[in-house]
Amino acid sequence: MSARVLVGVKRVIDYAVKIRVKPDRTGVVTDGVKHSMNPFCEIAVEEAVKLKEKKLVKEVVAVSCGPQQVQETIRTALAMGADRGIHVEVSGKDYETLGPLQVSKILAALAKKEQADLIILGKQAIDDDCNQTGQMTAALLDWPQRSPEDGTFASEVNIEADKLKVVREIDGGLETIKINLPAVVTADLRLNTPRYATLPNIMKAKKKKIANVKPADLGVDVSSRLEVLKVDEPPQRQAGVKVETVHDLVGKLKEAGRI
Amino acid sequence: MFVWRVAGLPAFPPLQSFSEEESMMRDAVKKFAQERIAPFVSKMDEDSVMDADVISALFEQGLMGIEIGAEYGGTGSSFFSSILVIEELAKVDPSVSVLCDIQNTLINTLLTNLGTEEQKQHYLPRLASDTVGSFCLSESESGSDAFSLKTKAEKHKDYYIINGSKMWISNAEHAGVFLVMANAEPAAGYRGITCFIVDRHTDGLHIGRKENKLGLRASSTCPLTFDNMKVHEKNILGKVGHGYKYAIGMLNGGRIGIAAQMLGLAQGCFDHTVPYTRQRVQFGKRIFDFQGMQHQIAHVATQLEAARLLTYNAARLKEAGRSFIKEACMAKYFSAEVATLTTSKCIEWMGGVGFTKDYPIEKYYRDCKIGAIYEGTTNIQLSTMAKMIDQEYDG
Repeated sequence: MSARVLVGVKRVIDYAVKIRVKPDRTGVVTDGVKHSMNPFCEIAVEEAVKLKEKKLVKEVVAVSCGPQQVQETIRTALAMGADRGIHVEVSGKDYETLGPLQVSKILAALAKKEQADLIILGKQAIDDDCNQTGQMTAALLDWPQRSPEDGTFASEVNIEADKLKVVREIDGGLETIKINLPAVVTADLRLNTPRYATLPNIMKAKKKKIANVKPADLGVDVSSRLEVLKVDEPPQRQAGVKVETVHDLVGKLKEAGRI
Repeated sequence: MFVWRVAGLPAFPPLQSFSEEESMMRDAVKKFAQERIAPFVSKMDEDSVMDADVISALFEQGLMGIEIGAEYGGTGSSFFSSILVIEELAKVDPSVSVLCDIQNTLINTLLTNLGTEEQKQHYLPRLASDTVGSFCLSESESGSDAFSLKTKAEKHKDYYIINGSKMWISNAEHAGVFLVMANAEPAAGYRGITCFIVDRHTDGLHIGRKENKLGLRASSTCPLTFDNMKVHEKNILGKVGHGYKYAIGMLNGGRIGIAAQMLGLAQGCFDHTVPYTRQRVQFGKRIFDFQGMQHQIAHVATQLEAARLLTYNAARLKEAGRSFIKEACMAKYFSAEVATLTTSKCIEWMGGVGFTKDYPIEKYYRDCKIGAIYEGTTNIQLSTMAKMIDQEYDG
């Protein structure tokens, strides 16, 4: 199989970090905060590497959009088994306002340029939880799009005779879907368990190439159509009140105007 | 003013600066240790047995051949990377860390530096992929006085007959290859000590019952006996009679590994304890908020930082090919002391729960004590440092 897979990887604040809103309410604190690859993107990379190990695809290309630091994220993908990387340079204000619409335009342009047969993306990013990039990318390319998960248990993704075969668990048993390539696939949590980057693979990743590209080179305008007005913390959880009897409970609910 | 920059860092970066590859390795090992080793730690300690799956996982991750070249199937990385790996593993389990430390800093180093091409081709790939190694120097009558060892190797044509015994041999339960120090020319005193590479299934090699220890219980520590054990002369590592030199040379680097282990142990213990002090409330406030506690915690944190800097600096000095023996002694001695201080204090800060086996703290306390004893006791480290200080003032 001579297929080439493009995998999008996003650098996000690490899932274990306690998020804090900036004092000026324009966003969350990112300076000095631990960042890692979006967990859904890790699953996407793992699926792509598995397809390569099954010899169903020839090359896995990891792509990330952002400033210099996203190269670390691309390197992690290389250490997991991707063959080469593409760093789309977006920084400063453009990076702050970068969202699914612009990223999907970039991915669509790259897919054409690199002649990709398959794009695998994480279902959503854990920072903005948009769950839009996969769908928008497919729409821009006019390719079919599928999430092997779609909220249920996915078993497998395979390529058979130029079609993508997806098997997933549904209430009644197993459902097998075939979609035409090229296609976009979005990965959800239960698709696979991402491998650790072994130390020898981290060393090998150093030799793999990361190409630099600007959105303008791809003919993409990254200006945003959205403006963030304000970011707030969720309301603090109020302490509850304990009551002794049902009578008390009804009384308190009436007091609070709930009944 | 002209400021040199190398890879985005000023030319004299702080000690806690890592190359991208070192950071990636450290993060990968941290994650791996939390997910694949942490769940087994308590049981391994209780049963005094290292889980076979944990050992295989170490090999799979490339952690057992960190400095072995890629041409021999190793990871092809540096000494400092080994130090970071040993530190990260020790935060989760010092027993697993010492297995990895001995393999990388003692066994692999000796074979890489002294092995003939044939020996390297035969052993290095195995050490990188599935074979644990053990280093056999100490005997019941020779610990610190290592070179008074009594195990003898008698030459016959092209082989040697080895008789004697060893004690306190780490990794022995799982090792596939043993580096045995035996005296081939007793009349020459320590200048007869020779290093032999012995495979596990050699006739005459007996591995005794493992010790029932206070700490580092998952790491097997066994006595060995050699009963007319026949070893071919092509299994001699380096030159006959040069074994003592090799042992000293290699233990200088090994000492930095132990410093890293003790450092990781102390940090791991500290990291389990501080969150508790921030959560536990007495007299209406967090116990962390009492000034007495704050002063103690800050003091221990300072000692940890100092131990870290001593260890990292000794490692960087070694990598730079500069003199590092005194600094390595200092790092090992100090880290062992800091581990003892930290673990003892952590139990106190945790109060009653610190004293129970339901919490991991008491294990770190038991594990730390060996740091002041093995790979050169604290007294030996201090004497070595003093000798070097004396020489410094020779002028």
